[in-house]
Amino acid sequence: MSLPSRLDSQQRQGAAQDAAPDERPILQVRNLNKRFGDGCAHCLPAHVEHPGNRCPRCGSVQACIDLNFDLYPGEILGVVGESGSGKSTMVRSLYFDEDATSGEMFISSCKNGESNLLAESAQQKRYIRNHVMGMVYQNPYLGLRMSYSSSGNIAEKLFAADHFHVGRIRERAAELLGRVEIPLGRMDEPPKRFSGGMQQRVQISKALANNPPLLLLDEVTTGLDLSVQARVLDLIRSLRRELKVAMVVVSHDLGVIRMLADRTMVLRQGRIIEMGLTDQILEDPQHAYTQLLVHSLL
Amino acid sequence: MTSSSMNRPSEQHPAFPKSAYNFAFLDEGSKREIRRKTLKAVAIPGYQVPFASRELPIGRGWGTGGLQLTLSLIGRADSVKVIDQGNDDSVNAVSIRKLIEETSGIATTEDAAEATVIQSRHRVPEEKLNGGQILVLQVPQPEPLRHVERKEQITRRLHAEMDYSAIWLTLYESVVKWGSITVGADYPVLVHDRYIMAPSPIPRWDNPKLHQAEHLTLLGAGREKKIYAVPPYTNVVPLQFEDYPFEIEHFVGKSCRRCGSAHTFLDEVTDGETGEILHQCSDTAFCAKTIERRESHVASIQA
Ligand SMILES: Nc1ncnc2c1ncn2[C@@H]1O[C@H](COP(=O)(O)OP(=O)(O)OP(=O)(O)O)[C@@H](O)[C@H]1O
Ligand SMILES: [Mg+2]
Ligand SMILES: [Zn+2]
Repeated sequence: MSLPSRLDSQQRQGAAQDAAPDERPILQVRNLNKRFGDGCAHCLPAHVEHPGNRCPRCGSVQACIDLNFDLYPGEILGVVGESGSGKSTMVRSLYFDEDATSGEMFISSCKNGESNLLAESAQQKRYIRNHVMGMVYQNPYLGLRMSYSSSGNIAEKLFAADHFHVGRIRERAAELLGRVEIPLGRMDEPPKRFSGGMQQRVQISKALANNPPLLLLDEVTTGLDLSVQARVLDLIRSLRRELKVAMVVVSHDLGVIRMLADRTMVLRQGRIIEMGLTDQILEDPQHAYTQLLVHSLL
Repeated sequence: MTSSSMNRPSEQHPAFPKSAYNFAFLDEGSKREIRRKTLKAVAIPGYQVPFASRELPIGRGWGTGGLQLTLSLIGRADSVKVIDQGNDDSVNAVSIRKLIEETSGIATTEDAAEATVIQSRHRVPEEKLNGGQILVLQVPQPEPLRHVERKEQITRRLHAEMDYSAIWLTLYESVVKWGSITVGADYPVLVHDRYIMAPSPIPRWDNPKLHQAEHLTLLGAGREKKIYAVPPYTNVVPLQFEDYPFEIEHFVGKSCRRCGSAHTFLDEVTDGETGEILHQCSDTAFCAKTIERRESHVASIQA
């Protein structure tokens, strides 16, 4: 068993903007729905908008409704929308943290991109989330074991990919932590002793452990000081340049989206109301809601 | 337990004085429940089967899981041995043995070779067990993932998904902190390439005795209400890193002060007068047997 020893992956194609138009998407999402609660006969049909998407009878919430999108190798897709619009639920469903209520998801490097991964067995899903995806949570307590060593946090991801050689695991952990500028001498310190920015960087290095072609980032910079934010954003940009890893970047901060995303999706009450090149969405929003969002937040 | 004893009809009127109890204390319904769950445990090696744990006249945490297994398995032809940390004479072993004797009237023994059912806490007998024997281990904590995950619902999911990274993480942390895997007892094992199992707090020395064993091992946790099993000829493999292999305890240059054995698990004892540290077999019955065998050998030479 050999570890993915290098962070970069030359086989991967360039970012979407310079990709051939017929290039296959790495991720395809079709009609993704997520409802919290069992639903009832009185739940409004999906095409009817209603406040909070909450059924007044049974209290079920339609957090994601018929989401459809593609993500290309090396591309960064931004996801914006007000609080409660379903951004976190979407990425959590893609990472199998939540069981999607219905829909399909295809990843080109899994089963030749032909199998709906949302319908796979629990064991298969675990394999996929450890080999093909990485997740960075807004709350580092969700993504890290705070009392275990930082290198151990990365090791955990490597164990899941059947690597059991401590020496090689530590080399890889040192390489990954070095990449996110955690001093080598602190690799065995628990993340609970780190600052918020460092914790996010440890999360990122953990997410990258198995060289996944797809990274999901949920509000990685929210709650960090501006200067710390800038450092994390720089890191994400350089990772994308070096690793050509495709990312879904969730943020309600349009500044973050402007800086990172090639394309942007606007979510409102669980629906995609607008999607397109980030510059167009931010400079020339078509949908009235997006216009509001852009003007109130910029 | 002999195979015929399992088929024997339940005995409602035992011919011994403590007739206030059903044979082997437990009512037949409880025994049936435990036997059913035991069969399930045998069918899924290493998988923890929940069972309806009964109250017994000894405190939970004093081996009630093991005791319930023993009581539901024994028939009149059985002979039971009870060991506590290798010792047949500890208070705990004596009270469990007495309870079995008084409520069933069956024979007990200290000889591991003679017993059909061996109930034990913290040790596997040194003597190799055979296909006709059942080893019942008392388990305080059946869940090997418990110290990394408190919620039962989550540990169940982790087993179902074979998501064992967290337990590897604890071994890794031990290597990082101490330079080696420091787990002394209850060393986690992978059972037949599927479930990671807590073998109960036996020393690492005893782990190999469960691998491809001729005998059946049953493990019972009374407080946690779980039964699990290692059937005969099952792979029981301690977790290990490629560069930090599993090792049993070493007793290099040490031997038992009583029987002289250098190939048994040794306990440390301090000489009360000299303060000197001495070693002796943890398995006291095996030790006595070794001495006896040597003495009769000497006697036969002298005769
Ligand atoms: N576990 C849950 N149970 C019930 N409802 C939930 C659950 N998680 C989220 N929701 C609901 O689903 C909707 C979408 O929530 P979600 O967290 O995805 O929004 P978000 O866009 O990430 O918001 P924020 O910007 O505040 O993080 C909300 O109405 C929320 O109340
Ligand atoms: Mg959110
Ligand atoms: Zn001895």
